[in-house]
Amino acid sequence: MATNSAASNTFFPEPRILPGGEKEFMMDVATSDLEVSMGPQHPATHGVMKILLRADGEMVTAAQPHLGFLHRCAEKIGENVEWLQYLPYTDRYDYLAAMNNNLGYSMAVEEVLGVEIPKRAQLLRMICVELNRVASHLVAFGTYGLDLGAFTPFLYAFREREWLLMIFEKICGARLTYSYLRIGGVFNDAPPGWLQEVEHFCDVFEEKWKEYYNLLMVNKIFVGRTANVGVITPEQAKDFGLTGPMLRGSGVSFDLRREMPYMLYGQAFEDGAYEVPVGKGEMGQLGDCWDRIYVRVVEMMESIRLVRWCLGSIEEGPVIGDVGKTIKVPPGEAYVAIENPRGELGHYVLSDGGKGSSRCRVRGPSFCNLAILEDIMPGTLLADSVAIIGSTDVVIGETDR
Amino acid sequence: MLINQPNLVLDSAPAAAESGNVTLHFLQGVAPEAVPAWLLPVAAAGVSVGVVIGMISVIAMLCVWLERKISGHIQCRYGPMYAGGWHGWAQTIADGVKLLMKEDMVPSGADRALFMMAPAIVLGAIFGAFVAMPLSPDFYFADINLGVFFILGMSSLTTIGVVMSGWASNSKWSLYGAMREAAQVVAYEIPLGISLMVALIVAGTFNLREASALQGDWFGMGWFVFKNPLFMIPASILFFISALAETKRAPFDLPEAESELVAGFLTEYSGIRWSFFFMEEYAAMYLMSLVASVFFFGGFQSPFTYLAIEQFGADSFIANLVGAVTLIVKSMFGICLMMWVRWTLPRVRIDQVMTMGYKYLTPLSLICVLGAAVWEAII
Repeated sequence: MATNSAASNTFFPEPRILPGGEKEFMMDVATSDLEVSMGPQHPATHGVMKILLRADGEMVTAAQPHLGFLHRCAEKIGENVEWLQYLPYTDRYDYLAAMNNNLGYSMAVEEVLGVEIPKRAQLLRMICVELNRVASHLVAFGTYGLDLGAFTPFLYAFREREWLLMIFEKICGARLTYSYLRIGGVFNDAPPGWLQEVEHFCDVFEEKWKEYYNLLMVNKIFVGRTANVGVITPEQAKDFGLTGPMLRGSGVSFDLRREMPYMLYGQAFEDGAYEVPVGKGEMGQLGDCWDRIYVRVVEMMESIRLVRWCLGSIEEGPVIGDVGKTIKVPPGEAYVAIENPRGELGHYVLSDGGKGSSRCRVRGPSFCNLAILEDIMPGTLLADSVAIIGSTDVVIGETDR
Repeated sequence: MLINQPNLVLDSAPAAAESGNVTLHFLQGVAPEAVPAWLLPVAAAGVSVGVVIGMISVIAMLCVWLERKISGHIQCRYGPMYAGGWHGWAQTIADGVKLLMKEDMVPSGADRALFMMAPAIVLGAIFGAFVAMPLSPDFYFADINLGVFFILGMSSLTTIGVVMSGWASNSKWSLYGAMREAAQVVAYEIPLGISLMVALIVAGTFNLREASALQGDWFGMGWFVFKNPLFMIPASILFFISALAETKRAPFDLPEAESELVAGFLTEYSGIRWSFFFMEEYAAMYLMSLVASVFFFGGFQSPFTYLAIEQFGADSFIANLVGAVTLIVKSMFGICLMMWVRWTLPRVRIDQVMTMGYKYLTPLSLICVLGAAVWEAII
């Protein structure tokens, strides 16, 4: 009687007899996966991104990023406005590194235009771009700590970033959307004392940087949370076309500033003004989350060195080339890629000789870097998925544009 | 053995020989004869409950303010500065009033009864635990012989409320938070209890008032950590780590984990029900700090208490007051330590929490128990 009921019940099948004669009871309970929609309103997705997770308890078995919540048709707008009018729109896609976006677009237009940029303008551009890279990496570093539950490094990082934003405010009047780097050069010369303040910032930042490193990067819990998590092998990184710290975190030494030098980066590299840090798998495997955040933290220091080099070689002169009041761009096309804090930011512009571009396209680094999430997130814990998303340092404004 | 040593407080305090409620004794003394006898215990119970709730609420509010100030100063900012004037002391009151005014939201699809009951259970359990907590030799609500068990049991009851809230919320994030809470508390109750057992071996009593009174020698510094430093200091550290996990404080705040689970089991709560959970967290911190103070760091004994007892006698009002203030200051120190840890460290992962609890803390606390037992047998 008892055996019959046991056999008919799928939850309590017949016990298996083990080699030792022991009876092993196994419950045949199917646990169904949970579909969790992480986002678009979620603290860890850094904006309005949605990641559809399939989770078996805490274990993530599949992940799929869903984009487009912040789509503002930036590229299409670029085809409907004049050359210079598009510049403020570039500020808005990667709002943490607006100087870099200005630079990418300006350089693309300048390439078609064939205008020569004065040296002072180039150096001011480099200072702004590198300081903006520091500001962007500070946000990446701070919010990464926040993702892992460490609140304090975030506020320390924002304290320094605040100073940087004040520096930018002094040179162009805006804190986030600068539109300072114009087609042909920069908008205005630096105000008196600005370069000295930048130098002072560099001095202070070098001290603070050690604090950050000791506070978060070598923290036992932080290393435990990030080492061996979300490993991207160098081959995988190349296959997915990753760029920026995501690529360098996997040990591939590739930086557009060095590989395809633009402005004075080639000269600066020859002078030893900066190096390209790569992940070494110091705390765990090569290409884990720790390596990626390590690359960003070290890059901050390299940028400061680069700023110092620029400050050393700056000279008086004009700050904008001969582009005229209304920019007349001859027919032609150009694709210019620059090294954004997140990777390769490419701008493609096509001119038919009109007032604006007839084709304007952007290759956004975080958009391209996000594709790998689907591959590296399965098999991790829910908490790890937050660490992985944070380590991609995604800016939703730029993935969706 | 320590329990047999002559003790200043126990010997000189006649009140210690009686058991029962201080308020009841007081009321029996002052009540006119017309008052029926059955009314006195009821009134005493009402007064005691009022005092417990009032005291814990005030201290929880103070802790919330303190947390904001401490986190602010750690993070190079001021914290609240406006409400009330002096350093924003009234910020918590203002927040509490705001939370009271908010709409009492119950999400559609939630298990309404469970959802509304969970905060009450959580808060009731933690307030109940305070009943067994003496503040000074003569200031206590219930002199329970198995006080430690009562406190640990009541504080574990809060987990039921948390699991209820997570299940009833009809939200996946809440469910994750509740499951994490359940797993975490099961893992950390064990080292918490065992590390406390080390103190119990040294103390020889489960009664918190007696345990406190036992530490009055050595000029008020005869604390259990000093009486058996080799095992009690590790045990106190183990207790602190387990208490962090038990009270869901960072780095073990996985049930809330706002960057992972939105707000964990609190996701669907708002208004006054949310503030009940909030208050529970601070009350639990205070409770754990009090238990740690009593069983590791001398309870209400300190050189000041010693002097007050010498000067005015153990059952004098001043000695009791000094004792109560000593205990509260010690527990505040513990709370500040918890806040310091919270604003410094990142959060650990769930598997690391489990590994730490089962693989390291539990064996270590067992070693401490063994060592302390051998130590007590030898010395």
